[in-house]
Amino acid sequence: MAVLELTNISKHFGAIQAVNDVSFSIEAGEVVGLMGDNGAGKSTLVKMIAGNFSPSHGTMRMDGAELVLNKPVEARRHGIEIVHQDLALCDNLTAAANVFLGREIRRGVGPFRILDYASMYKRAGQIFAELKSETRPRDLVKQMSGGQRQAVAIARTRLSEAKIVLMDEPTAAISVRQVAEVLNLIRHLRDQGIAVVLISHRMPDVFDVADRVIVMRRGRKVADKRIAASSPEEVTGLITGAIEQVA
Amino acid sequence: MAITLDQTIAHKQQSWLAEKLSSQTFWVLVAVILACIFLSFATDSFATSKNLYNITRNVTFVAIIALGMTLVIITGGIDLSVGSVLCLCSMILGVVMHAGYSIEVGIAASIATALIIGACHGLLIAYIGMPPFVVTLATLSIARSLAMVASGNTVVFQFGPDHDKLLALGGGAWFFGIANPVVYMVVLALLTGFILRWTRFGRYIYAIGGNEHAAVLTGVPVRQIKVAVYMISSLSAGIAGIIQTGWLGAITTNIGTGLELQVIAAAVIGGAALAGGVGTALGAIVGAALIEVIRNSLGLLGINAFWQGCFIGGAILFAVLFDRMRKFRQSE
Repeated sequence: MAVLELTNISKHFGAIQAVNDVSFSIEAGEVVGLMGDNGAGKSTLVKMIAGNFSPSHGTMRMDGAELVLNKPVEARRHGIEIVHQDLALCDNLTAAANVFLGREIRRGVGPFRILDYASMYKRAGQIFAELKSETRPRDLVKQMSGGQRQAVAIARTRLSEAKIVLMDEPTAAISVRQVAEVLNLIRHLRDQGIAVVLISHRMPDVFDVADRVIVMRRGRKVADKRIAASSPEEVTGLITGAIEQVA
Repeated sequence: MAITLDQTIAHKQQSWLAEKLSSQTFWVLVAVILACIFLSFATDSFATSKNLYNITRNVTFVAIIALGMTLVIITGGIDLSVGSVLCLCSMILGVVMHAGYSIEVGIAASIATALIIGACHGLLIAYIGMPPFVVTLATLSIARSLAMVASGNTVVFQFGPDHDKLLALGGGAWFFGIANPVVYMVVLALLTGFILRWTRFGRYIYAIGGNEHAAVLTGVPVRQIKVAVYMISSLSAGIAGIIQTGWLGAITTNIGTGLELQVIAAAVIGGAALAGGVGTALGAIVGAALIEVIRNSLGLLGINAFWQGCFIGGAILFAVLFDRMRKFRQSE
């Protein structure tokens, strides 16, 4: 059974049809590349899965049960985690503080509860070790490289039992070596049985790490193929519209 | 044998000591201590118990408000209204007590006034999205005007049946001969420091100042926190007003004029960054102390009081310049 299944999803803002009748499903432990030009509807689609928008038409199902999201917090509760394009990090806080931002571990009784620094450092350290990333929980994010910052943002998704991780352009603004680091992090999530939706402009990354590619153009899904059965040339053609649609 | 991943993760880039040594607050504290040592030798009157009693007490009013201001500054905001709010809260206290009510009622009315003003600031800033500078600039004007309305622009110096209690509250020294205001300041500073370091509320204040958008995305209740922070700032001004009234024994409608600038100066000298995200309770106290030591020493050294502004302004520039230079060197 699919972890996430979208059926005939549409979204319009007034007269603008941002997403038009899109259906697809994602299995556990699958990495899906979501590609398309600017304005193709990728972000709108992802924001519906993340609970920022609710669809105008269509249904979403998670593990077979209908999924209705009104707020991002509800998506999180259902095991949908997002790594935002700008990573949403506070430079003035430590890596551990950023990982636990909004979900701090506290100790104490009743209303008298204080931050549990030791537990948060320990847990953050464990997650970084799991992710095979040389990131120190006690260091300020300000001092970190692009790859480490990605690791901090991805570590957030490991706090709860995430089923789906949505990653918005995770490799857009970092160096070549760090891109390899981030792709490894994605493989690592996949190996844990987590479904990953990778939104990216970078063809090599998608072909490197994804199992399947979905191409959007002008709000419609124009392709949904196994990576092995496609090629960068074909995907480019689909994105630009040189190739109309493939099965 | 290569360093393992676990060892790297357990390591911290900067040691605790290095971190302290690189903070602006630490160096301002060193400056305050050096100045005190210098003044004890250079003048006969500095290290007397009477002068120290005066200095520590004078520090408190700016320091208490600087604690509240520091929270606002950490979130990336500013509160220009504190001087006027102090005046209004003092005047409400005075007028209520003058009318024959007890000190408890007077203090409750005064605190309630402060909280209402702070809540208005917070709502306009966090929910309507008005700039903090503008909102609090308006209150700077409004609160002082209301103080004049409440008192008919007269001096209040009789505080009804609880007159003596009020004067003892601000002017007494119940604890080992330390002036009462100093005790209040220490308690409030410890409380503020605790909140910033150990509570989720404190953590969120830093997060908002560091990256407000990120705080929203990660589910931090940004608006509520901002309202609370502006309420605390006004509250600190109200508390300082109550204590100052007890100490002075009289209220005029021009007390606290220009105080907001001294308070902001104290916070900034103590290491709070106006861009947000950085600041400590200790910094607020140390910054206020440096300003007071400068003022006091100029008097004792026989330097014309007209020079005060130059020295305080110089201290602001020097403290921030020092910090800039240090960061400049780091980035190279």
